[in-house]
Amino acid sequence: MDLRYKAALAASALVLTAACGSGATGSGGDLSIGLAVSTLNNPYFVELKQGAEEAAAELGVKLTVVDAQNDSTNQVNQVQTFTTQGLKAIIINPVDSKQATPAAKAAENAGVPLIAVDRSVDDGKVVSEVASDNVQGGSLAAVELGRATSGEVVHLQGIPGASASRDRGRGFEQGLNTGGIKVVASQPADFDRAKGLDVMTNLLQANAGIKGVFADNDEMALGAIKALGDKAGTQVQVVGFDGTPDGLKAVEDGTMAATIAQQPKVLGRKAVEQAVKAAKGEAVQQVVDVEVKVVTKKNLAEFKK
Amino acid sequence: MTSTLDARKVLSENGALGGLLVLVVALSILAPSFLSAQNLLNVGVQAAVVAVLAFGSTFVIVSGGIDLSVGSVAALSAMVGAWSSTEAGLPGPLALLLGLATGVVAGLVNGALVSYGRLPAFIATLAMLSVARGLTLVVSQGTPLATPDVVSELGSNLTPFLPVPLLVMLVFFGLTAFVLTRTYQGRAMYVIGGNEEAARLSGIDVRKQKLVVYALSGLFAAVAGMLLAGRLASAGPQAAVGYELDAIAAVVIGGASLSGGVGKASGTLIGALVLAVLRNGLNQLQVSPFWQQVVIGVVIALAVLLDTLRRRSTR
Repeated sequence: MDLRYKAALAASALVLTAACGSGATGSGGDLSIGLAVSTLNNPYFVELKQGAEEAAAELGVKLTVVDAQNDSTNQVNQVQTFTTQGLKAIIINPVDSKQATPAAKAAENAGVPLIAVDRSVDDGKVVSEVASDNVQGGSLAAVELGRATSGEVVHLQGIPGASASRDRGRGFEQGLNTGGIKVVASQPADFDRAKGLDVMTNLLQANAGIKGVFADNDEMALGAIKALGDKAGTQVQVVGFDGTPDGLKAVEDGTMAATIAQQPKVLGRKAVEQAVKAAKGEAVQQVVDVEVKVVTKKNLAEFKK
Repeated sequence: MTSTLDARKVLSENGALGGLLVLVVALSILAPSFLSAQNLLNVGVQAAVVAVLAFGSTFVIVSGGIDLSVGSVAALSAMVGAWSSTEAGLPGPLALLLGLATGVVAGLVNGALVSYGRLPAFIATLAMLSVARGLTLVVSQGTPLATPDVVSELGSNLTPFLPVPLLVMLVFFGLTAFVLTRTYQGRAMYVIGGNEEAARLSGIDVRKQKLVVYALSGLFAAVAGMLLAGRLASAGPQAAVGYELDAIAAVVIGGASLSGGVGKASGTLIGALVLAVLRNGLNQLQVSPFWQQVVIGVVIALAVLLDTLRRRSTR
């Protein structure tokens, strides 16, 4: 009985802390806009949020941020709540492009302009779409790998069917014809470092003579580097994607030839800029492409924070 | 004559062994690079993390429970170990111990919720799955942390043909077999899993034994987490997501019953090897990513189905 009481107390304490943890971060100004983020469990989206907050502070608008914790239903509810709060524009970073339609409908019905950032909304009215081009990033990776090495290479794929895997993989294949490299194996390692290590180890058994690796994200590339050991950066060149701190460190150490850096902060900033224009009724840019950049040892300094 | 009898006895006691042998033979024919000493060692290393998790789950499943939190607890333990050394500056061995203690504490909480809080094991450990993963993110702030040297050595090789993860797996296999067959706690697990009421009436302190069971599962999860982190020389916030299902699959492929009372360490080892052989083989055969999950699911179902049919025919 006593224990049950304590458990209930602990649970209510947890709920309270959670309630305090989420919610709004604000900055001054009379124009209010909202940002619905897919998840803040991932450093990438934390940076996106920071970029948005910086831009909001500079432009003097009040920004309310909510976190859907990767749950589409949650996000629809949050956007619906936004429409009743008198916000002048809403930025959505969809949990899932296909499942964001109800959120878009809610904004449309309330007459609030909607801006999509990082991911698109498949079916719904969006005044501006701010995203970086994963397909272009994949092509750049292929070109860079072709520059760093020639011969047989393998491709470590992300989660089968995920949009980032599809787009980066497609871009990689498009970029292949420019270099002297040939893909001898493409296998999924689910964006996971440990799986990257295992799958690379297995592929090395069947293809001992490979000269290069492209991984759909830095985590898998780091796993592959672990599997390659001394060969990484010498006999075998590895190209990753994302430009995470660990990825950049591997570029610095010379074990990773290059990574394709996205710029989450710039994404957040541009989204807020478009949202403010939309809120003021000014013309907005329908598609804003944020550049992806190839990071090698030469230009590393620009990306290290 | 006796040797064929022995072989038949071994096969009939370990249904999954037959399945493993069929897989190995099939892959040796299909993939020329499969049957090399190096590749078989790789398979052993790749099986180690799931095997150690599954040994812990064997205790839980034999005693009629389930532990869904092992993947998250593995990640949390490794993260606490990594954080203690890289961020808090504690010496490596102490950090390792703190990480292992984290696993035991998580297991004890599971056990207390199940035996004293009367929560169904499924719910208690589902809650822990979420809490431990969340705490991993809190501790790590969402980024991977480097592990102390003593943990990284767990992922290395003693000699080129003696990888540490393989050794750890074999040691924990021995430990699991010992606990299950040679200790009071082990015998109690079978009795509780067979009939909890009967166990209580025969004088077993069921609540206390369940605490032991979940604490062991937590400890084994922590060891698995250290192995995983050691192999990568870093602890990741999203490490070991979904591994609890692999662990349960390994235990069940190994012939254990989810309703409790049945299960063996050797079966679980074979179950973990079946999963590792399968993943290794699918990579070498370059099976399409979309089909790989289908194949894995079918093999799991087939392995358990064969085992069930075999039991029915010998009865």
